[in-house]
Amino acid sequence: MSEIQTIVSIIFIVAGILLMFAGSVGILRLPDFYARTHSVSKSDTIGIIFVIFGLIIYEGFTHSSLKLFLIIMFVVLSNPIGSHALGKAALKSGLKPLLHHDKNLKKDEEVQQ
Amino acid sequence: MEQFFLYSAVVLTIIIAVPLIRVVKGPTLYDRLLATNAIATKTIVLICLIGFLFGRIDMFIDITLAYAILGFIGAMIIAKFLESPKTRIEE
Repeated sequence: MSEIQTIVSIIFIVAGILLMFAGSVGILRLPDFYARTHSVSKSDTIGIIFVIFGLIIYEGFTHSSLKLFLIIMFVVLSNPIGSHALGKAALKSGLKPLLHHDKNLKKDEEVQQ
Repeated sequence: MEQFFLYSAVVLTIIIAVPLIRVVKGPTLYDRLLATNAIATKTIVLICLIGFLFGRIDMFIDITLAYAILGFIGAMIIAKFLESPKTRIEE
């Protein structure tokens, strides 16, 4: 039983770390602020859920695993809300999104504030 | 299993260091804030892994909850501050 528990938790943790790696690379490579919010909010949330769920499986049914589950619930609530608030603030304060039909696509370095 | 936790914590530290590049060279203020938010959310998992590594997960979980709440409140307050009409960006 314990070996199956360990193997399943290793699978979950590795999958979560790969998803968080995808989120980090997305912050670097995506072209626009609004595209980067997409990368931060979605793949990071799923990665954190996977890693902490793997830790819950490794821990078993104890007091600490309930608290880890509370951390999952808090991250699921707070991380998309934070990204959405930042995106709304950027949109209201006048940051233009990068559109496809813009003929003169501005490079990252030219938008220096 | 301790070895696995150690290696995954090291890999996670490298992953956390990647958005620092966006913090340094981000073109707008919002990019920097977004990358800082990403670093703060990934540090939650790192503190959990360190707790399992030390065998004191019952203590480290409280630190994790406090860190998560503080990071969330900070991000929300900065977003609300930037939303106000006095801090608009002039194009």
